[in-house]
Amino acid sequence: MTETTAARSLAPAPFDVERVRRDFPALHQEVHGKPLAYLDSAATALKPRVVIEAVDRMYERDTANVNRAVHLLSQRATLAYEGAREKVAKFLGAKEPAEVVFVRGTTEGVNLLAQTLGRTKLRPGDEVLITELEHHSNLVPWQMACEATGATLSVVPVTDEGEVTLRAFREKLSPSTKIVAVAHASNTLGTVLPVREIAELCHEAGAVVVVDGAQAVPHLTVDVQALGADFYVFSGHKLYGPTGIGAVYGRRALFEALPPWQGGGSMIHTVTFRKTTYKGLPDRFEAGTPDIAGAVGLGAAVDYVSALDRAALASHEKDVLDYATSRLSKVPGLRIVGTAPDKIGVVSFVVEGIHPHDLGTLVDGEGVAVRTGHHCTQPLMERYSVPATARASFGMYTTRAEIDQLVRAVEKAKELFS
Amino acid sequence: MDARELYQELILDHGRRPRNFRVPEHATHGAEGKNPLCGDHVIIRADYEGGVVKDVGFQGSGCAICTAAASTMTEAVKGLSRAEVDSLFHRFHELVTGRGEGDPEELGKLAAFAGLSEFPMRVKCATLAWHTLQAALDGGGSASTE
Repeated sequence: MTETTAARSLAPAPFDVERVRRDFPALHQEVHGKPLAYLDSAATALKPRVVIEAVDRMYERDTANVNRAVHLLSQRATLAYEGAREKVAKFLGAKEPAEVVFVRGTTEGVNLLAQTLGRTKLRPGDEVLITELEHHSNLVPWQMACEATGATLSVVPVTDEGEVTLRAFREKLSPSTKIVAVAHASNTLGTVLPVREIAELCHEAGAVVVVDGAQAVPHLTVDVQALGADFYVFSGHKLYGPTGIGAVYGRRALFEALPPWQGGGSMIHTVTFRKTTYKGLPDRFEAGTPDIAGAVGLGAAVDYVSALDRAALASHEKDVLDYATSRLSKVPGLRIVGTAPDKIGVVSFVVEGIHPHDLGTLVDGEGVAVRTGHHCTQPLMERYSVPATARASFGMYTTRAEIDQLVRAVEKAKELFS
Repeated sequence: MDARELYQELILDHGRRPRNFRVPEHATHGAEGKNPLCGDHVIIRADYEGGVVKDVGFQGSGCAICTAAASTMTEAVKGLSRAEVDSLFHRFHELVTGRGEGDPEELGKLAAFAGLSEFPMRVKCATLAWHTLQAALDGGGSASTE
């Protein structure tokens, strides 16, 4: 190895954000006469052209139902659909594609698990353990499962900074804990949870671990086996893919033992009026015609993200997060909610004297799209005694210049309200 | 429309220093209104006797639009009959949704909310207090603008 190549291999390749931005058509527009600064990727990420084209192609060329007919179009659709499953399985580090089931998104995935795993595993007196920072989608389905089975929902608290500590987990784990459902990263606070360590603790206690990966998947390199996740759920649309598609990963031994969820076509082996037998993984959990084009679009998104230098991307995203944290925290009267040391690109904040909704409207007027509200985490808003927050969240395409635009817009809003 | 034009001086003023932010001394009717989506929360209490709103006040917390709408409403409905309250709310609703045909100036201070018609996502902020007042006059309970 020559000296120069050695030096090159040591220095991380810079992430070419401008090149990436060219791939996202929606970035290149004005809103209210101002260039768009899209800082709402935690709600849904923008889509690169390859994803849009992959979906288009499915409708323009390969429209047919999957796993049914023998004609060529059906064969093409089936290959594309199953190909997408393989891509997702590889992306998550699953052992085999059959461990991946397509669903509408994280919400549907958690409901699938709450209604199959929850209702078969839970008995009166058992506990489901979640954390205080869960999105409603990883809370309400478990609450419903508890109500249906007589189990109890138990909650691990977050610290003032927004962290979930292992000690807090240990205090809540008990022999009654049968299922632990945790976010890999918080949509409101940005906190990355120590899922690997949590899973280890929970497995020692004999609990099954379900991970809500909706926010983590776009930012972290996920390996479900290394994490020790028994189940891992995510949405395609936060990973630069289409809306309406997501996936549930489940470790085969556990997943295939679950009863079927929705009944209908595709999931059956044989049907008689007397009795129906069901297929194994993954068809068992995919009743009816799936979102074929959506799955293929998700496959294209996975390809797009996988082709990037993930280490360079991670360091770019960290740079944007650090820059935003530092710029925003210097704005007088602005308080950041969620200051854990390990975070994804999410900054929730409140500004003294301005309600988040007024702030949201005013910064939108400056071309800046942020989310305002409770972010589907009402218990967390109560925990931090705020009715709502403004949340800026970042994607691979976010730049420091867009953070500057946000800070200027917040300062302008403050002037109006001063 | 510039987003800042939505925030007329009158709205900023009533948002900052809401009028009738209190419980009327002889309150006979009351209701609570919530917009769970954004956390706006309004409690309306009224002295409503003989079919006339003699006094009305509000409490709670919300954005500037919500607070200013509640504040200006309490001023506007004092002394009105139930039918007059409904009719005024109807005209206010048409104004903020951009469907109004009459002269907005007839609405007095309420005309300051005309800009909302260009911000459909914020209309419910302005109507929460009105829905809650109607619920109160109907005999209590709660209102929601989600």
